[in-house]
Amino acid sequence: MSEVKNIRRDRAELLRFITAGSVDDGKSTLIGRLLHDSKSIFEDQLSSIARTSNKRGMQAVDLSLLTDGLQAEREQGITIDVAYRYFATPKRKFIIADTPGHEQYTRNMVTGASTANLAIILIDARKGVLTQSRRHAYLASLVGIPHLVVAINKMDLVGYSREVYERIRNDFAAFAQGLRLSNIEYVPMSALNGDMVVERGDRLTWYEGRTLMDLLENIDIEHDVNTDDFRFPVQWVSRPQTEELHDFRGYMGRIESGSIRVGDEVTILPSGLSSRIKEILLYKDSFEDVFAPQSVTLTIEDHLDISRGDMLVKTDQQPQIKKEFAAMLCWLSEQPLDSQRKYIVKHTTRMIKGMVNQIDYRVDVNTLNHETADSLKMNDIARVVMKVQQPIVFDDYARNRATGNFIIIDETSNNTVAAGMIC
Amino acid sequence: MSHRTFTHLDALESEAIHIMREVAAECTNPALLFSGGKDSIVLLRLAEKAFRPGRFPFPLLHIDTEHNFPEVIEFRNHRAKELGERLIVRSMEDSIKQGRVVLRSENQSRNPFQSITLLDAIAEFRFDACIGGARRDEEKARAKERIFSFRDEFGQWDPKNQRPELWSLYNTRTHPGENIRVFPISNWTELDVWEYIEREQLEVPSIYFAHWREVIPRDSGLLPVSHLVQPKEGEHVEKIMVRFRTVGDMSCTCPVASQAKNVSEIIAETAMTRITERGATRMDDQTSDASMELRKKEGYF
Ligand SMILES: Nc1nc2c(ncn2[C@@H]2O[C@H](COP(=O)(O)OP(=O)(O)OP(=O)(O)O)[C@@H](O)[C@H]2O)c(=O)[nH]1
Ligand SMILES: [Mg+2]
Repeated sequence: MSEVKNIRRDRAELLRFITAGSVDDGKSTLIGRLLHDSKSIFEDQLSSIARTSNKRGMQAVDLSLLTDGLQAEREQGITIDVAYRYFATPKRKFIIADTPGHEQYTRNMVTGASTANLAIILIDARKGVLTQSRRHAYLASLVGIPHLVVAINKMDLVGYSREVYERIRNDFAAFAQGLRLSNIEYVPMSALNGDMVVERGDRLTWYEGRTLMDLLENIDIEHDVNTDDFRFPVQWVSRPQTEELHDFRGYMGRIESGSIRVGDEVTILPSGLSSRIKEILLYKDSFEDVFAPQSVTLTIEDHLDISRGDMLVKTDQQPQIKKEFAAMLCWLSEQPLDSQRKYIVKHTTRMIKGMVNQIDYRVDVNTLNHETADSLKMNDIARVVMKVQQPIVFDDYARNRATGNFIIIDETSNNTVAAGMIC
Repeated sequence: MSHRTFTHLDALESEAIHIMREVAAECTNPALLFSGGKDSIVLLRLAEKAFRPGRFPFPLLHIDTEHNFPEVIEFRNHRAKELGERLIVRSMEDSIKQGRVVLRSENQSRNPFQSITLLDAIAEFRFDACIGGARRDEEKARAKERIFSFRDEFGQWDPKNQRPELWSLYNTRTHPGENIRVFPISNWTELDVWEYIEREQLEVPSIYFAHWREVIPRDSGLLPVSHLVQPKEGEHVEKIMVRFRTVGDMSCTCPVASQAKNVSEIIAETAMTRITERGATRMDDQTSDASMELRKKEGYF
């Protein structure tokens, strides 16, 4: 190995966020505005959407066309699936996922939300907090998005009224008390005119808080990852078996949480055998210590039988190992849950058979009340008990996103039918 | 010992390595699409990081339109050899001979027909996954595509019915005949690609750097003069300093005026540019508002 490198953790440069909320409250327009005012729209994109807007007889350029990229979306003026956009300011790089507001496409909203650090929930100032705003806020808290910005949009249509803003803020805050959300910011804005998005504008002078861009650039996301527990699901075992590397066994994977250093004692789960880290490699580099989310290759002191699906952990930081566990489930498929059936469960790097053994309750997203249910249909959220064929190695989702989540796949259609979070 | 901090490029790199390893572990017979262009050059370095000291658990596959720039093909062969990995080339010329591709004229753009040769190659080798270098920032239909993008037995993408893709738990399952396109650098921008090329000191074909070339100003682009493209009546040829931002079919890939002689000058220009990569360089994307979406539905990358 030619180089030894030590990579330091610093201020997080990359922020992933989503826009969510009800139909037509301006999510796509807001993203267009953010890109436009941060000078991230290219001239050919702007002239192309200007042409399309013009063809449709609109007076101003419709900024939502920037993310609504599918033919069907443009024809219907709605968002169907997530669109990803990228922009950078001198302070940060951003990955935006623009998610659909229609209830029918909730699963696409969950797709976007699952990897986000932050969610912007838009609310149309004329309409106030709607069922879909609540649903999305609940989903954001369920998938554990650590930061929420409530954007009270279309302030231009309510005369930039402070009373309207405050009423909606209080309504939302009352609802959010029932959610696991610690960090909520409120911003009044007009995505259409650009007030409080990047520029403050001169019509919301009574608002003294920060603009949306100011929040996005400065929210502290360093503490979002679990830095305590070392978790390393093995993805791939490298055994080149060439002459000079005859005995080489490298365990390849991504550090999902925590950190590890050469010489540390690790336990391999589920077998429970222990060893020490010998080398931490990646291509021509070798490292003294590494941390989440680095992808690396580990070698250990002893010859142990380790394969894909096993997990390396620090011996003094043990996760749980069980065949039965409780979870919150989002049902994503048009085909309802069949509790008699076996499904495939993908958890970390394992795929095993499993089933939903029991439905404890279903959540009414409007009231957050629990109701009884004997099946689940598309967009239902429920607390269930899962049973899988072999024990899995996990943490509670609230403690560790990467080792606490799983998906359910229908064996016949191969579709992803549910997303689960262990609790 | 050298120190540096964990950057956004490190985050993107780690995500891409994780994706490649998932493909290797879960798909039965994957391939990596390597064209000799900058995005697939980055893919090869990511594959080295993912799998060395072992060999790649997949062959490299190139769908050759035979309308490629000679520098790029030369580079493709050289790089595959240097890596010691297997390179499979399937040529559109064969599809034409077999009557699978019917062209209206010898010089027309071959880009749209790549899908046919690609789907034939997928059937021939029974590939169940193809790793490609497409990025979401390239085009508005791509911006909507999953990292693991499922294609039915006709190679078709159904944008209104994509599989949910949660966290980094990718669903890699297919029935025989179906196929998944995997895009490990989905979340990279053109600028990220060049910054990574600089950081990793990757070699790229010479036509990415500024050079003198004869071009014909046509529509909004500068078409490079070649055996495929000659001036029409009333058009004139200019010789100017240009570089390519993408390297595709010679008959429709335009260079941009540039002075950038090395990677750091390209980075400086990329950070300043006001035109998207495809907008500046691909004539075939400008024919309609939805040309990429339509081509993808037919099996394109
Ligand atoms: N007056 C006013 N109109 C707005 C504002 N923001 C958005 N709109 C308009 O509201 C309509 C819907 O905007 P979109 O951005 O498409 O809404 P969306 O939330 O993305 O809709 P879905 O994705 O389909 O749920 C469009 O006609 C916008 O021009 C605003 O701040 N003020
Ligand atoms: Mg929208």
